[in-house]
Amino acid sequence: MSRLMLLVCQLLVAVVCLGLWQLLATVPIFGHMLLPPFFFSNPVNVGSQIFEWFSTGVIWKHLAITLWESILAFAIGSFGGVMVGFWFARQPRVAAVFDPYVKMANALPRVVLAPIFTLWLGLGIWSKVALGVTLVFFIVFFNVYQGVKEVSKTVLDNGRMLGMSEQQLMRHVYWPSALSWMFSSLHTSVGFAVVGAVVGEYLGSAAGLGYLIQQAEGVFDVAGVFAGMFVLSIFVILIDIVVTIVERRLLVWRPNAGEARG
Amino acid sequence: MQAGVTAGSTAVALDDATVAFRLAGNRVYTAVQQARLNVEHGEFVAIVGPTGCGKSTLLNIAAGLLKPVSGSVRIFDAPLNGLNKDAGYLFQADALFPWKTAIDNVAIGLETSGTPRAEALERAQSWLAQVGLGAFGNRYPHMLSGGQRKRIGLAQVLIRDPKILLMDEPFGPLDAQTRQIMGNLLLQLWNADRKAVLFVTHDLEEAIALADRVVIMSAGPGARIIGDWRVPLARPRDIMEVRMDKEFHSLHREIWSVLKDEVLKGYAQSAQAPAAAG
Repeated sequence: MSRLMLLVCQLLVAVVCLGLWQLLATVPIFGHMLLPPFFFSNPVNVGSQIFEWFSTGVIWKHLAITLWESILAFAIGSFGGVMVGFWFARQPRVAAVFDPYVKMANALPRVVLAPIFTLWLGLGIWSKVALGVTLVFFIVFFNVYQGVKEVSKTVLDNGRMLGMSEQQLMRHVYWPSALSWMFSSLHTSVGFAVVGAVVGEYLGSAAGLGYLIQQAEGVFDVAGVFAGMFVLSIFVILIDIVVTIVERRLLVWRPNAGEARG
Repeated sequence: MQAGVTAGSTAVALDDATVAFRLAGNRVYTAVQQARLNVEHGEFVAIVGPTGCGKSTLLNIAAGLLKPVSGSVRIFDAPLNGLNKDAGYLFQADALFPWKTAIDNVAIGLETSGTPRAEALERAQSWLAQVGLGAFGNRYPHMLSGGQRKRIGLAQVLIRDPKILLMDEPFGPLDAQTRQIMGNLLLQLWNADRKAVLFVTHDLEEAIALADRVVIMSAGPGARIIGDWRVPLARPRDIMEVRMDKEFHSLHREIWSVLKDEVLKGYAQSAQAPAAAG
């Protein structure tokens, strides 16, 4: 299938779905509405809500806050994950001691932490960042840990025979290997950073996309809820495109760069 | 038959080196038993033996990656402690750094010992040219063929100008034609400054074609060195032509008569006791 044809087909799916939705939500069939407007709204209303958000500019503030929270959660979570992952992989005893606690913490559904973070950090961005960090940290941590542990023994021996000190091995062998594992999970960890931010906002905040959705839901504004969802999806797709570009650049040395996912 | 030993210029000397590994259940697997081997300065020695006989183990002792449980290793008459800093090691498996380009892979050997990056890159480029890959410097290892990767590996090791070259079936995974080309390349590079070489292979023909001396190991476990032949072929050699030589054939027949029994023994043992061979 050519690129143009593919694009046309993809657009067609959207048009058919939206058309059906509009039709079933506005035209009664056999005297009764299959998609009652109160529960389903309709694409025109959702669209005009989105248009209003962008034309008045209210949405930018919320987008900026969600984006900022996601970036902070990703940055802090990744940094912590890389550091601890490295430390544990190089110190098997430390890893053995902490192992059950790491598993326990990872098994905990992170949503239950949200109230605690709100209590500790308030309604501002930091309670959302903290929630995102707890999600991102474990993904990066496990990947880096694996990356450092699974460095090929031959490559390590080769480094030693080429005269690398422990520090140089760290820089030229362990570090790139760990980072490659981290980057291969980039899509997952960035996605979780956004999830942490939005869920945190939804559970209690004063701004952000999650807040917008929660506010609309509070007043049974279904069009607002759908509008928030659409904006959120576009937002995540845009972030994912950026991640793909970054990944392509960073993992050129890998066979099938850009297709690797964690 | 036994090669003469001149004191003072021995690059690698193994004195009754024995290597054993501890297996599960407190069993001990002796890989190499009392290996006694001298590689003189500038000498090309090939070690041949049946698969799994501990040839690689012998190289790892000489490299200092493994320590013998008894016996000793001397490098230029000094006992070896820790890694052998005079040696370059070309591994059997892929050992290039996959995240570095070809030129960075070659330059790293100089950078580790403090050569400025610009100079290291310049010299790496000239080494790439010497192994025939001058135009491939910015490729990553996964974009190169197996033979090209081995060339990069060779340049990576040789750029450090090691006094001793340890090679573990370096051309094992390559096809027959590429092996011959790589063999000639190795001989040509070696001819320039004649380092001491310890070359492990399971291919007797390759060993005779390349080496000054061919050393035969018995089947493991507890592999020993059971034969040592001088190769009387003139240098410089061409690998393809040398195989036509009469002397090549008579030497091959002589060594093979000893090696054959060990190869058969090796097969029998690996068929009987798979656990012990692992």
